[in-house]
Amino acid sequence: MKKLTDLEYLKLNKFQVLLYNLKRFFCAIPGWFVNMILAIGRFFARCGIAIKDEFVDIGTTFIKGNWAVKTSFFIFGFGNLFYGQIARGLLFLLFEIVFIGYMLVPSGGIYWLSKGNWFQNGATVGTVQGGFTYDPIFDTDVWVPGDDSVKVMLYGLLTIIFIFAFIYTWRLQVKQCRICMDITAQGKKIKSSKDDLKSLVDDQFHKTLLALPVIGILLFTVLPIIYMILVAFTSYDAAHDGYSNLFSWVGLDNFNDLLDFGNGGLGLAFGEILSWTLMWAFFATFTNYFLGMFVAMMINKKGIKLKKFWRTALVMTIAIPQFVSLLYVSKLFDSSGIIGELLGKIPAIKNYLNTNHYFSLWDSPAVARALVIIINIWVGIPYVMLQATGILMNIPADLYESSRVDGASPFQQYVKITLPYMLFVTGPSLLTSFVSNLNNFNVIYLLSGGNPINTQIGSAGGVSVGHTDLLITWLYKMALGSAESKYYTASVIGILIFVVCAVLSLIIYNVIPSTKNEEDFQ
Amino acid sequence: MKTENKIKKSGLGARASRRISNTIIYIVLIAITLTWLFPFFGILMESFKVNEKGMDGELFPEVWGFDNYIRLFKETDFLKWFINTALMGIATAVFQTFFVLSMSYTLSRLRFKARKPLMNLMLILGMFPGFLTMILIYKVFSEAGLTMEMAPVGLVIVYCASSGMGYYISKGFFDTIPKTLDEAARVDGATRMQVFYKVIMPLSGSIVIYTILMGFMAPWGDFMLASYIIHENSAGMSVAVGMFEWLSKTMLNTNYTMFCAAGVIVAIPVTAVFLALQKYYVEGVTGGAVKG
Repeated sequence: MKKLTDLEYLKLNKFQVLLYNLKRFFCAIPGWFVNMILAIGRFFARCGIAIKDEFVDIGTTFIKGNWAVKTSFFIFGFGNLFYGQIARGLLFLLFEIVFIGYMLVPSGGIYWLSKGNWFQNGATVGTVQGGFTYDPIFDTDVWVPGDDSVKVMLYGLLTIIFIFAFIYTWRLQVKQCRICMDITAQGKKIKSSKDDLKSLVDDQFHKTLLALPVIGILLFTVLPIIYMILVAFTSYDAAHDGYSNLFSWVGLDNFNDLLDFGNGGLGLAFGEILSWTLMWAFFATFTNYFLGMFVAMMINKKGIKLKKFWRTALVMTIAIPQFVSLLYVSKLFDSSGIIGELLGKIPAIKNYLNTNHYFSLWDSPAVARALVIIINIWVGIPYVMLQATGILMNIPADLYESSRVDGASPFQQYVKITLPYMLFVTGPSLLTSFVSNLNNFNVIYLLSGGNPINTQIGSAGGVSVGHTDLLITWLYKMALGSAESKYYTASVIGILIFVVCAVLSLIIYNVIPSTKNEEDFQ
Repeated sequence: MKTENKIKKSGLGARASRRISNTIIYIVLIAITLTWLFPFFGILMESFKVNEKGMDGELFPEVWGFDNYIRLFKETDFLKWFINTALMGIATAVFQTFFVLSMSYTLSRLRFKARKPLMNLMLILGMFPGFLTMILIYKVFSEAGLTMEMAPVGLVIVYCASSGMGYYISKGFFDTIPKTLDEAARVDGATRMQVFYKVIMPLSGSIVIYTILMGFMAPWGDFMLASYIIHENSAGMSVAVGMFEWLSKTMLNTNYTMFCAAGVIVAIPVTAVFLALQKYYVEGVTGGAVKG
């Protein structure tokens, strides 16, 4: 579409300007996709070049290196030992011995890898099925354990990670050895172990600080998430728990099932829940945002007294654990709760409930949806109010002063000064709160439990689908709420939640200006 | 004409209109405060009810008494749950603070090659629902004996291990401390570690307390992860999981008022700690959240 010059743009009236901006926004969308594809392409190209460089470097290192460097291609840390870095060399050597030992011992790395039947459709994870066999000593059938699929998959995964670590370490020590050789050739002194230790509190201080947190993240987030992704390709559920019954690889069946809109598929339920999840996240985020901002502006207004008191009253609600307050509030609106009973006496509401055979307000899909959004305002406003207070105080007062002199009404001031400033500064946190609302388990589960049940869909995959169910509560019910415990469906839902979050974030990051430069505020 | 009007408005009329708008704001604020505090008042009143009727739709008790509180400690494991949760809160506060501060300080003040990739990785990991990591963690923990009665230990590990990923707010805080401070200390010969604990940490009291506060409150509010690890074992329960069961449909009528009594007891220490440290919380949220 044609881009207007500044002069032409200024000639347009308000309506045309709006139309023009909207048009430009939508015309830009194909451009984003092209850019995204190009960026992905560039990423792979860069990776390819990096890998090529790496191989060339390894080759030249081997050709040009002296015998110590060449030996360290096979014996870890040999170069370090040769050049006097005893501690480093011994650590590398120890790593190699442990790795080779682990791979070769019975029930070591090779054993676990060979058991997995990795990604072979229909094949079981693990090869020996446990079962009952007659035992003459006890004169009864006893359980003879076979493989445990969960363990096979976990240890297999760990082994693969270990192999990658091995390759990385190999590359690292070869590189270090070559650097040592170059430094000696220039006649400089090589770092001793003492220098290494010293640099851990200085130049390399980030390694000291990050060691524990990063190990924690690797073990308790990265590993479980990779495992979960693998589970999505298997038939892991309560009936096939890996120990009493091996589970098997099923390829893309689980994904097909979830996106199957025909009979027996989960597609309908998934679509219904996804659309409500997006609707919920949108309303929950923006009602909180704007109302919280208004409350903050009211408290901050010049001439309003007791500012601290109003703030404390709202902040109190953050202090009290959500499960207490939310469970209580949900009961308030129940048929025999204080507010529920009161509202039930109003003729119009009474009629509505009676004609639809609803027992309480929570039984009506539309009312339940409205209620969770309204009660979420009660939950969320204090946070937004606090955030907004800090930002509002930062807006230069002379902006308001001069605009008032120019005759701007309070509403104009809000639209032209306050709102743009707020949006610019809080853009990124708006995105975070949108994503966290997509996964807002507590509010939904404690308030409505996902109910009322959607009678058109009923139950899908052994789990009832409710009108207020979010993807995350549905996932929770899949894994914990039914006897079948379909971990594989839960994993697929998890992956799809990730896809939704990632796509939304990409789009929003591209639209909001303030997310682009991290150092802008420094 | 227009300018004349304006002059008139900014005279006597402006003061009157401001008084009107302020009155409206006061009324709205009072209404908001009442709405926000109502549930707490309701819970308090409910907890003093002496009857076996369960929910009766009345705000004030017909007969006042401490029966619910007595029942709470005599007939249930509430005290055990409460101690569990408090201990978990303290342990989580200690470890989580360490993890979060080292992560956020490093990402904010130090520059190294893996910094951007690490931040991107954590951003991506954050988009996966954390609950799903439980599929594997529960399995491993149950082999290691860290579920059921030992669930509090397991849960502390779960809360702390990945807590480095929640570095955003404290990183935002560290970002606001001028870099010249570091440079000056470095010129004077301080190592980077000395800069960390001699220069920056003394300036970061509010964010440290904020992080401690968040860590302490995490176990009180978490239901999702806790319910999985605890697996309905009364000895290892946290208050959230234990009390949730009292409100199941079958037990609602007998336990509703007791739930409210327990709610009051849970709310008192947490609210007390929170209000005492409110200043730091507000500083943390307003300072750090600006950058998301």
